[in-house]
Amino acid sequence: MTVDADVARRRIEELLRTNEEQILRRWTLITKATPEELTDLYQALNRALDSGGEDLADVRGLLAELSRSRARQGFTPSETSRAVFGLKEALYEVVEEDGGADALRGFIWFSRLIDDLGLFTFETYATAREKIILDQAEQLLELSTPVVKLWEGIVAVPLVGTLDSARTQVVMEKLLQTLVDTGAEHAVIDITGVPAVDTQVAQHLLKAVVAARLMGAECVISGIRPQIAHTIVTLGIEFGDIVTKASLADALAHALRRSGVQVSTPRGTRISVRTEDA
Amino acid sequence: MTGGSELPIASNADVVLVRQQVRSAALEVGLSLVDQTKVVTAASELARNALVYGGGGMARVEIVENGPRKGLKLVFSDEGPGIADVEQALTDGWTTGGGLGLGLSGSRRLVDEFDLVSAPSKGTTVTVTKWAR
Repeated sequence: MTVDADVARRRIEELLRTNEEQILRRWTLITKATPEELTDLYQALNRALDSGGEDLADVRGLLAELSRSRARQGFTPSETSRAVFGLKEALYEVVEEDGGADALRGFIWFSRLIDDLGLFTFETYATAREKIILDQAEQLLELSTPVVKLWEGIVAVPLVGTLDSARTQVVMEKLLQTLVDTGAEHAVIDITGVPAVDTQVAQHLLKAVVAARLMGAECVISGIRPQIAHTIVTLGIEFGDIVTKASLADALAHALRRSGVQVSTPRGTRISVRTEDA
Repeated sequence: MTGGSELPIASNADVVLVRQQVRSAALEVGLSLVDQTKVVTAASELARNALVYGGGGMARVEIVENGPRKGLKLVFSDEGPGIADVEQALTDGWTTGGGLGLGLSGSRRLVDEFDLVSAPSKGTTVTVTKWAR
């Protein structure tokens, strides 16, 4: 039995060596990959088989590179693994021509080997994709938390999207650092872009406000829309003595008033805002 | 859509997915903006409870009908440690996890029907319904 299997295997290796050109041409046609990629892969596979077929490190390395580049170029996982499975079809044509029992038996062995390599390609593809997604999520986290200066001494944090713990952490760190860097005494946290305020979001917001206060800055939360106000009241969340406003404009006006800035319109009609005695 | 859709809750990202699913279903039922926000917030609380206290679970979003009225029924189930004292768990401000203690009790106020089945070491199932007005 083992002798048979060995003979069969050697027959396939022989076929792979002698019909290299034909198999490669056919394989390229089936998979639509570049001939260079496939030639490299084919030769690495042949080398591995020559040296006993146990050491597939080179082949795996090439496959990993192939699937990583395909993941980045946006190929689907089936297209990527089909590139590997295509070799079976290409070889089968040669085996059929040969017609021998040894070759057919060997094809089963070869087919199992290619299946393993195909699955490996699929796994590398998935890992590469996951890494891309993770990278993007991180970039998004950076992007989505700007701290902007509205006025001398007034900074704003416009929040858009879901507020989870990781995000709030980034927001809070950025806000506190900006307060130090700019010496701002007023901060506006705008939640117009936050679709729902649940207890976790509220708790995160409260913590950010308390932290800003500890650093001597006054915090205003703006962008409370009617439905959000309704929900917060029903949930039973208390914002205590934290100033909240419906819009960012209101919050800015409040902060300007608090810092004693006078706003006047050009046409002589003056709107003066007096400093409140704090 | 009577079968509804089942969603796993295994991470924070899943909580976001549940919320999105509930929001689109709420739109389909024709809930007002305020009711939409309420039911989405309740879903967010209950899904997070299943994740944090129940170690993950499932959420089912169903559209139900009662004569001409349409409603949204949400079922959250987990196989976690369960709740020993349901009365206490539904008290405002009671928490074992460092939150505000308003999630469960607040969710009850956000929806029209609220049903909680739980026993120690048997997991917890919360069923809520919000009717369109």
